[in-house]
Amino acid sequence: MQIQSVQVHTMHIPDGFINAPTSAVAGVIAVIGIAICLNGARKQLDEKTAPLAGLVAVFIFAMQMLNFPVALGTSGHLLGGALAAILIGPYAGALAVSVVILVQGLLFADGGLSALGLNIINMGLVTAVVGWFVFRGLVKVIGVSRPKVMAAAFLAGLVSVPVSSLAFVLEYAIGGTGTVPVSTVTVAMVGVHILIGIGEGVITALTVGAVFLVRPDLVYGVHDRLPKQLLVTSNPVTTSANGS
Amino acid sequence: MPSPHTHGHDVGERLFVHRHSVIHRLPAEVKTVAMVAFIFTVIMTPPNQFWAFALYAVILVGVAGLARIPARVILPRMLVEVPFVFFALLMPFFGTGPTVEVLGLSLSQAGLLAGWGILIKGTLGVVSSILLAATTPARDLLLGLERLKVPELLVQIASFMLRYVHVVSDEMHRMKLARESRGFTATGVRSWPIIAQSGGALFIRSYERGERVHLAMLSRGYSGRLPQLVTVTTTAADWFTAMSLPAVGLLIALTAIWVGR
Repeated sequence: MQIQSVQVHTMHIPDGFINAPTSAVAGVIAVIGIAICLNGARKQLDEKTAPLAGLVAVFIFAMQMLNFPVALGTSGHLLGGALAAILIGPYAGALAVSVVILVQGLLFADGGLSALGLNIINMGLVTAVVGWFVFRGLVKVIGVSRPKVMAAAFLAGLVSVPVSSLAFVLEYAIGGTGTVPVSTVTVAMVGVHILIGIGEGVITALTVGAVFLVRPDLVYGVHDRLPKQLLVTSNPVTTSANGS
Repeated sequence: MPSPHTHGHDVGERLFVHRHSVIHRLPAEVKTVAMVAFIFTVIMTPPNQFWAFALYAVILVGVAGLARIPARVILPRMLVEVPFVFFALLMPFFGTGPTVEVLGLSLSQAGLLAGWGILIKGTLGVVSSILLAATTPARDLLLGLERLKVPELLVQIASFMLRYVHVVSDEMHRMKLARESRGFTATGVRSWPIIAQSGGALFIRSYERGERVHLAMLSRGYSGRLPQLVTVTTTAADWFTAMSLPAVGLLIALTAIWVGR
């Protein structure tokens, strides 16, 4: 039996929180960002893009429903931008998370329709791009082994969340309709999101570590730096015959 | 009046309430554009023009009535906005300028107004989105996006997500059952490695499923495009009907801005 618990939920920006012009401009920026990602993902995955990014979007959606208990009945969950980028690359990763946000906004009224651009920038594009660069940068410096990959994934997850909250602060500073001063919002948002980021980092590291143990070839962030003995030839036909 | 029933088994379809109304019959892309435009008129309205928001609410109740979507479908779904209600409630404690005494608390007038604005605009936005999803099947919504020139690839990714969301969440549920049948209970941070391990396994299974789906599609002749099974013709009359909603919204918003100068 699962006891009803309080969940620390990702806050999708609702309608009316950021003014109309800023929301509209954010929409345009999000469209450009997604166009770049579509182009990049197509180069990386070719016609495999749709099924793979689609299934990874479902995976992120499912991961967001996975409860990680913290203490005293509270629990947190994953945002997933950094995780998606590490696992399938920044373009397809950002696409997968953006699609999750699009579907949540369009179907579940989670996040305002006018704020769709803002939410896609903050939670889809920024987290994936930041997570990717932190992870790749670290892996290049420290090398590839399971503990090192997990350490890099931890930092990627950790950094991605407060930077995402900074994107929100910027949007609030430009077009916020609230009366809370920007300095207060900055301190509160970044402070809270560093804490959330620690959780995000731990979950990202543990999940990447679990994938790396079994199928290191599926961690796209290290696909070109795997030591020879770790290379597994993946053949989807045999995998399917084994049944999963 | 027949009870509202839902179709299909995927998450998106459960949100759809089957009816035969003018609103349901409108093509998806027309409704999407109209709703987004209407929400934009709502958010550009100054919060101190209370009458304008009353009118918006009346309009949305009218749309719900026309589409015969009962309140008991709309109200529970409005719970998604609860987290940010707290944020709106914080507003009156911040802000500068004159204050008012409410229940012994000294609250900023500007903050109260801002909090009210966020609350009412967010609520009207949530109701608008709920009405859109309740009157349009999820698949149609996505195909509608395609007719709005949203890149086909993005629509395909979203369609795959909708199609497989139950397969993957069922898989996740089976993993949870397996964990629990081995005596595992999530107690705190120490349980995270176990849960994350399931997450990792879920990724591998999802990825491999994606590869299998791709091969299955290739063997059926997929070359990057999905065939269109239904052709939808959108008429000027459809656009005219749907856009009357944001048109009225714009009239209200402009009047409110003009009055509130």
